[in-house]
Amino acid sequence: MSEQKPRSDHTPGGGTKLGLPTPGDVVKPIALQKRSFSFTGWRLALLIAGLIAVLSFVRVVTGAQQIDSAGTIAAAIGFAIPIGMAGLGGLWSERSGVVNIGLEGMMILGTWGAGYAGTLWGPWYGLLFGTLLGGVGAVVHAIATVTFGVDQIVSGVAINLLGLGVTQYLSALVWPTQPTQSTTIPAIPTFTLPGFSDAMKSLADQGIFFVSDCASVLRAITYDVPYTTFIAVLLLPITFFVLWRTSFGLRLRSCGEAPYAAESLGVNVYVHKYIAVIVSGFLAGFGGAVLATVLSGIYREGQTQGLGFIGLAAMIFGNWRVGGLAAGALLFGYTQAIQLRSGLAVHALLLVVVVLLVLMAVLFFYRRRIRTGVGALVVAGLVFVWYATTETLPDQVAYVTPYVATLLVLSLASQRLRMPAADGRPYIKGQDH
Amino acid sequence: MRRFWLGVAAPLLALAFAVVVTSAILVASGHPPMQVYKDMWDYGTQPDSLVLTFNLSTTYYIAAVAVAIGFKMNLFNIGVDGQYRLAALFGAWVGGTINLPAPLHVLVILIVAMLVGALWAGVAAVLKNRRGVSEVISTIMLNYVATGIIAYLLTEGRLGVLAEGSNNIGTPPIPATGQVPGIDVSKLPGPSNGATSSIYGMVVVAVAVGIGYWWVLNRTRFGFDLRASGLSPAAATASGINSKRMVLYVMLLSGGIAGLIGLPQLLGESHTYNLDFPAGLGFTGIAIALLGRNNPVGIIFGALLWAFLDVSRQILDLEGVSKEIVTIMQGIAVLSVVIAYEVVRRYGIRQQQREVGRQLATDAPDLEAASA
Repeated sequence: MSEQKPRSDHTPGGGTKLGLPTPGDVVKPIALQKRSFSFTGWRLALLIAGLIAVLSFVRVVTGAQQIDSAGTIAAAIGFAIPIGMAGLGGLWSERSGVVNIGLEGMMILGTWGAGYAGTLWGPWYGLLFGTLLGGVGAVVHAIATVTFGVDQIVSGVAINLLGLGVTQYLSALVWPTQPTQSTTIPAIPTFTLPGFSDAMKSLADQGIFFVSDCASVLRAITYDVPYTTFIAVLLLPITFFVLWRTSFGLRLRSCGEAPYAAESLGVNVYVHKYIAVIVSGFLAGFGGAVLATVLSGIYREGQTQGLGFIGLAAMIFGNWRVGGLAAGALLFGYTQAIQLRSGLAVHALLLVVVVLLVLMAVLFFYRRRIRTGVGALVVAGLVFVWYATTETLPDQVAYVTPYVATLLVLSLASQRLRMPAADGRPYIKGQDH
Repeated sequence: MRRFWLGVAAPLLALAFAVVVTSAILVASGHPPMQVYKDMWDYGTQPDSLVLTFNLSTTYYIAAVAVAIGFKMNLFNIGVDGQYRLAALFGAWVGGTINLPAPLHVLVILIVAMLVGALWAGVAAVLKNRRGVSEVISTIMLNYVATGIIAYLLTEGRLGVLAEGSNNIGTPPIPATGQVPGIDVSKLPGPSNGATSSIYGMVVVAVAVGIGYWWVLNRTRFGFDLRASGLSPAAATASGINSKRMVLYVMLLSGGIAGLIGLPQLLGESHTYNLDFPAGLGFTGIAIALLGRNNPVGIIFGALLWAFLDVSRQILDLEGVSKEIVTIMQGIAVLSVVIAYEVVRRYGIRQQQREVGRQLATDAPDLEAASA
C-alpha cells in the first residue's frame, strides 16, 4: 500500500489547517466562519423548538401519536447512545489523523465484555470490562497503523474480522452450551425525577399542540433514564473541552491536520495518536457495552448490526465536530427507534420531510437561491405524492435512512464538510517530503 | 531477485506468526495445537473436502480480484459485498423468470449480474468524481442500502417466492437451461478420486477473470494507467492520465467482477437467491486480496488457503474445539501479512538508500579529484 491516497473531500483555502487565521489571509476565514451555522445559544433552542413544532404539527394532522411520544423519544435516545459513543470514538481517532473503520469490531468486543463481566459480577463491571476490551482492539489498530504505518482502512477491516472471531471463540469457551448469547445481564439503576415526570406524562397525554410534545421530551429525559445515558452525554462536552480547549487537545488535533508541522514544534505525534486511538477504542467499547447492558440486557452474537458504522456515519454527518455528531446520533437513533415503535409513525415521517423541505425552500428563496429553492419544492412535492398515495412504508425505508442520509449529506454538503487534513495518511517520524 | 525473496518471505513469516499466536491461544484454552492441526489436515484432505475447498476458492478468487483491481490504484471498494449480493439477486431473478436456450440463458444471467454490480459500484464512482465523497465511506453506506433493498425485494409478491416445504423465501428457481453443470472429478486419479460432489463449472469463469486481470494489468495501456495512478497519483496526472475517468472505469470494472462472485454458487448449486445465500464474501475478498498482495497468482494461493481453512475447520466442533479459532487465525494472518509487507517495503527502501549512499561515497573521491 502506498502512503498517498487522494482525498478530495476537504475544502481548499480558508486559513491554516487548524482553522486559525493566518496574517496574509485574515478576511476570508472570518467570513467563512460567520456564514457557517453555529449550534449555540438561542439558535439551538430555536432549532429544537422548530423541530418539535413540525413534529407536533404532523402528529396532530396524521394522528400518529407515536411520532414523538415519550416512549419513542426515550428509545431514540437509547439507540443514540451507542451510535454516539462509536461516533465519538471515531472523532477522537480521526482528529489525530487515524481513520478508524474498526469501530464496529471494537464495539463487538465491548458487547461481549459487557455480557461476560456483566453476568458474572454485575452490570457496572460489565460496562467497565466492555470498555477495556474495546481499548484492547484499539491497541491492535494503533500498533498496526501508528507504529507500522499500515494502511488504516486495511487495518480497520482486519480489526472487524478479528473482533468477530475473538468474541465467537471466547463465547464458545465461556458458554459452551449456548455459545451465541449470554444469560441476562442485570439491569443498571435508572433515574426518575419524582413528581415532575408524572406531571409531564399527564400533560403529554392531553395531546395539545406543541405543549404536549415538549412535555413528551421532558418526560423522556426525566423518567426511567439509565445512568449510563448521563455518563454518555457528559462525555460529549468533556471531549469538546479536552480536544478544543486544552493544549493537549490542540496538539492531538494538530497531529491530524499537519503531523510534520506538529513534529517540528516538538509534539510527539506517535504518543498523541496512540492516546487518541485507544480512547477511541474505549468509547466504542463503552458504546457496545451500553448496547448489551442497557438496550438488550443480554449479549447476543451480531447484535451490533453495523451500529459502529452508523456511528462513523454520524461523525461524518456532524462534520467531525462534537455538536454535529450528537445531532447525527440522535437523528439516526430516532430512525432506529421509530421503525421498532410504529409503522404508522414511519409513514407520517414522510410528511415531516415534506414540511422540512418546504421550510428549507422558503429559506432558500429568502436567500435568493431561487433554483435550489425550486428544487427543494419539487422534491417536497414528490415526497408528498408518495405520502398521499401510500398507506404504509416498507420497514426497510427506516432501516436505510441513516445510510442514505449520510450519503446525501456527503454529496450535497461536501463543500462544507472538512475532515482533518492528514486523516488517513500514515505518519513516519522525520519523513516529511 | 532479492526483492522476490523478500516478497515471498513476508507472507510466510506472517503466516508463521499467525500459527504461533493461534497455537498459543489453543494451548491457553486447553487444546493441544498439533492435534487440532492434524485433525484439520486429515479432514481437509479428504476427497469431498478438497472439492468443497476448490469450489469455495473459486468464489473467493473472484471476490479477491474484484477488490484487488481497485486496490491496485488505491481505490478502496469496500462495497464489493453489497455489489455481489445485489447482482446475484437480480441475476437469479432474471434467470428464473426468462426462458432461453442453454448457453444464451447463462450468458444473460452473467451479463445482468455484471451490469448490476457495475451500476451499484458506479454510484460510488460518481459520488467520488462529482461530489468528492470518499469511496470508503460511500461504499460502506451503499452496502447497508443494498441490504435494505434486498430485504425489500426478496419478499413474496415482489421478486421472491416461497420455497416448497419450507418458509425460506427465494427467487424463482433457475431452470436447467440456465444452470452450469458441475465437472465430475470422482473418476480422475489424484487426491479427489472418489469424491461424491463435483466441482463448479463456473471455475472456467474464475480462470478467465484471473487471466483477464493479469492481462489487463500488465499488457494494456489501461492497466499501465491504473498502476501508475496507484503508485503516484500526481505523476499519473502529470503524464496525462485522466484520474476521474480512471476512478469511474476501475470502479465499474471492480463492480462488474463483483457481480460474478455469487454466480458459482447460484448457477452451480443453489439455483435461487434465498435468505441462506452466503453473505460477507466481499470482506473475505478484501482479506484474500491483501494476503495475495493484489497479485493474480498470489491471490490463487490466498484463496486456496482461506477456503481450505474454512472447510477443514468444520471438523473442529466435533473435536470439542470451537471452529472460530480459524477466524482468529485468519484475522491475525491478514493483519500480520500487511504489517510484514510494510516492514519489508521500508527495509527495501532503506537498503536502496544505503546502496545509493555507498555508491556515491565510492564515486565522490573521483569527483573531488577532478574538481581539484
